[in-house]
Amino acid sequence: MTNATQAPATTTQVYRVYIKATPEAIWDAITKPEWTERYGYAARVEYDLRPGGAYRAYPGEEMAKVEGVPDVVVDGEVLESDPPRRLVQTWRMLMDADMAAEGFTRLTHEIEPGDAGVTKLTLIHELENAPRLAAIVGGELEAGGAGGGWSWVLSGLKTLLETGSELDR
Amino acid sequence: MTDDDRVFKALADPTRRFLLDRLFERDGRTLTELESELEMTRFGVMKHLRVLEDAGLVVARRSGREKLHFLNPVPIRLIHDRWIDKYAERRVSALADLKTELEQSS
Repeated sequence: MTNATQAPATTTQVYRVYIKATPEAIWDAITKPEWTERYGYAARVEYDLRPGGAYRAYPGEEMAKVEGVPDVVVDGEVLESDPPRRLVQTWRMLMDADMAAEGFTRLTHEIEPGDAGVTKLTLIHELENAPRLAAIVGGELEAGGAGGGWSWVLSGLKTLLETGSELDR
Repeated sequence: MTDDDRVFKALADPTRRFLLDRLFERDGRTLTELESELEMTRFGVMKHLRVLEDAGLVVARRSGREKLHFLNPVPIRLIHDRWIDKYAERRVSALADLKTELEQSS
């Protein structure tokens, strides 16, 4: 159903979390493998942090045990890197052929310092023409073992930075 | 007020839950769109959206000339991960203990 006040449906997903940590700590937790292996999907990331630089995420120990998991689970290209404030990149999941065929999406991390040592992290994932990926990162397939998507990843990131320990999986 | 207090307060209102459900259905809506689904003044809807934004459940972003409202599920996830998981787990282990006890006494 459409009417005059209805804009076209957006495929963008927006996530925001407040973390008691410095922008630098959050930047490192997103871009350095020694941190990314400790929350969410526990992938080992590789970032060449300059425009045009490559991004790759490799399966963590747990994920690598699952049959049929590719050597590289996500790839992409860095579009903008302004540490520790803003990171824009393309992002394509390679878990299976259908997902890879959806192509590159656009992922932005915005980090803004706030009051009392609390930093605001906003994640914007533009998922045009990527309905399968949108379901996964939206956490819709969690019951099927696909993890809880970005809200689960950010919850784990917050717990790790604020308590130094990992969320139970 | 803590972050969790703000989330529970925001959720403790049927109009605000209705707004979240509309955004869950289709994300990134303008105030005008949201207002058209409610028997309420524009000012009233704005007030409710403000409470949702303060609780972090809605994130508003500019897109050209429009301000779009997005559902942010992270605060609910945090409550789930910190609270609900904890009690659900305890209930499961209590049942497991009961089972062991019953089996031993039979």
